[in-house]
Amino acid sequence: MRVSVFKWRSLLTPTLSRHLGLALAAFIVLLVLSSQIGAYDDYNLAAIAIFVIATAGLNLLTGVNGQLSLGHGALMAVGAYSTSLLLRGHDLPLILVLPASLTAAALVGAVFGVAAARLRGPYLAGATLALAVGLPQIATRYSHVFGGEEGLTVAPQVAPAWLGADFPPERWIAWIAIAAALITMVLLGNLLQSSVGRRFKAVRDHEAAAALAGINVARTQVVAFVVSAACAGLAGSLFAYWAGLTAPAGFGVALSLQLVSAIVIGGLGSLSGAVWGSIVLVFVPALTGGMASSLNLPSAVGNNLPLLIYGAVLVVAMLVVPYGIDGGLRRLFALARARWAGAASNHKGVVDWDDPAGG
Amino acid sequence: MQRFVVLTLNGLTEGSIYAAMALALVMIWRATQVVNFAQGAMAMFTTYLALFSLENGAPYWLAFVIALGCGFALGAVVERVLVRPVENKPPLNVVILTLGVLLVLEALAPMLFGGQIRSFPAAFSIVGLRLGSLQVPFSGFDLFTLVSVLVVMGLLLLLFQRTDLGLRMRAAAFNPEVSRLLGIRVGRMLTLGWALASVVGALAGLLIAPSLLLYPTYMDQVLVFGFTGAILGGLDSPPGAVVGGLVMGFALSYVGGYLGSDLETVGALVILIAVLMVRPRGLLAWRAQRVV
Repeated sequence: MRVSVFKWRSLLTPTLSRHLGLALAAFIVLLVLSSQIGAYDDYNLAAIAIFVIATAGLNLLTGVNGQLSLGHGALMAVGAYSTSLLLRGHDLPLILVLPASLTAAALVGAVFGVAAARLRGPYLAGATLALAVGLPQIATRYSHVFGGEEGLTVAPQVAPAWLGADFPPERWIAWIAIAAALITMVLLGNLLQSSVGRRFKAVRDHEAAAALAGINVARTQVVAFVVSAACAGLAGSLFAYWAGLTAPAGFGVALSLQLVSAIVIGGLGSLSGAVWGSIVLVFVPALTGGMASSLNLPSAVGNNLPLLIYGAVLVVAMLVVPYGIDGGLRRLFALARARWAGAASNHKGVVDWDDPAGG
Repeated sequence: MQRFVVLTLNGLTEGSIYAAMALALVMIWRATQVVNFAQGAMAMFTTYLALFSLENGAPYWLAFVIALGCGFALGAVVERVLVRPVENKPPLNVVILTLGVLLVLEALAPMLFGGQIRSFPAAFSIVGLRLGSLQVPFSGFDLFTLVSVLVVMGLLLLLFQRTDLGLRMRAAAFNPEVSRLLGIRVGRMLTLGWALASVVGALAGLLIAPSLLLYPTYMDQVLVFGFTGAILGGLDSPPGAVVGGLVMGFALSYVGGYLGSDLETVGALVILIAVLMVRPRGLLAWRAQRVV
C-alpha cells in the first residue's frame, strides 16, 4: 500500500508533469465549454486566451521581475504587424507564422530590454510609455508598408475539414488561442519554478543582495524583458488572426494600460492573476456594453457608460482588493482553512488579514 | 531661417505648457511618490467646467478662476478620498487607481457636457503680433501663455523657498515621520500639494485648449509629453521639469516641422531614450544614482 502511494507521489511531484496534467485538464474543459456556447461567447473566450498570453508575460516582467512596462501594447503591435506582413500575398501556415512573429517581438524586446535595464521605477514607466506612443506612429508614417491608418487585413483561419463544414471560425480561433495560452502558461510556470525564476524574484526583491549573491542583475532583467516581449508578440500575432485586421488604432496607449491594469486587478506576480485579470478585461466591457444598450439611455450616456464602469472598477478594486483577485481568493481560502482547522481542534479560527500571502 | 524662427517660437509656447504639466507631475511625485496619470483628465474636466461657465454667461476671467478653483478642489478630493487609502499598498496600485480616475473623468465629461469637439476661446488675439511693419508668428495669447506659466512658476518658487507653509510642505514630503514629530500636519500638507499641482495642471489645460480644441481626450497627449518632459528633466527636480518640458516643446516642434508631423512622437521617444541612456535619472538629477 505504502509503496503505491509513494509511486503516485513521485509521478505527480515533478513540476513539468503536474503543470502538463493541469493544462491538459483545462484544455479539455475549455474545449467542451467552447462547444456549448455561441459564436459571440467563443469570440470573447478567444480574446481572454489572447490576453492571458500577453498578461502572463507582462506579469512575469512586472510582478515577478519588478520592471514596470507601460509599452507592452507596442510589443503586441510588433507581433501583429509581423503576422500581417508575413501573410501579405503569401499563404503561410499558422504554425510558422506564430513563431516568426514571436521572434520578431522578442528581438525588439531584447533591444528595448537592454535600454530598460538601466532604468528604474517611474523612469522605466516613462520610457516604455514613450514606446507605446511612438511605435504605432511608425505604421502611419510608412503607410506603403504598414497600410497606414486603415491597417492590414488578415484572412481568418478556416477550421480543418475533419471538424465539419459548418464548424464556426470563432470556435476554431478560440481553440487555437486556448492551446497557445495553455502552452505559454506551462512554459512560464516551469520557468518560474526554475533557477531563472528564482533569479527574477531575487532581482525584484533586492538588487544589491542579488548582485552580491552572484546574479548578473542587468542580464536577468534583459532575459525577463525578452521572455515577456515574446509572449506579447505571440498574443499580438493571435490578435491579428482574431481581429482580422492590424491597424495602429488597436495598439494605442490604451491597450498597454489595459494590460497593466489587468495584472494588478488579477494579482501581481502569479499566473492565475493573469487569468483573472484577462477575464475582467474582456468581460466587464462586454457585460456593461450589453447592459448600456438594453437600458435605452441617451447616446452620450450609453456610449460612455462601459468606460465609466471600467474606470470605477479599477478604482474600487484598488481600494477593496489591494492584492488583486488572486490575493483576495488566497485570503479567503486561508480564512476558510483556519476556520475548518479551528473547528476540528475546537479553537477559534484566526486569520491574519494583513498578510498578503494568506498565512 | 524664417521657418526656424517660427518653429522655435511655436516650441517655446507649447514647451511652456508641457513644462506646466511636467511641473504638476513633479510636485505630486515629490509629495507622495505617485505619478498622477489622471492629471491630464483632471485638467480636461476643469476646462469643460470653464466652458460651461462661459456658456452660462460668465465673463472669461471668472470662468478662468472657476476652472483653477475647481482644479484645486479636485486635486484635494482625489488625494484625500482615493489616494490616501492606498498609500501603504503596493506602489503599482496607486498608478492603476489614477488610471481609473482618468477613465471615469473621460467618460463623465461627454455624459455631462456632450462628446462633440468644441472650440474654446482664447483670452487674447491669436493673430501674430506686429513689430512695426513685420508680423511675427507669436500671438498675444502665446505671450499670455508664456507669462502666466512663468508667473505660476515664480509663485511656486516663492511659496516653497520663502514661506513657512512651503517649508512645512517640503518637510512633509522629504520625511513624513520626522515632520510629524515636529508637529507638522503631514496629511494636510500632502493634500495641499496635490491641490496646488492640480491648479498648475488646470492652467495648462486652459492654455492649450484654444489650439487643440476641447474634447474628452484632448489632454492625453499633453500628459504624455509632460510626463516625458518630467522624466527627461528628472522627476525629483522642479527646475528639471521646466527644462524637460521646454526641451520637449522645442524637440517636437523641430521634428514635426522638418521631418513631418507624423514623426513627432517617434522623435520624442528617440530623444527620451537617448537622454535616459546617458543620464538614467534625468538631466538635472544630482542625487546618488543607486540606493543600496
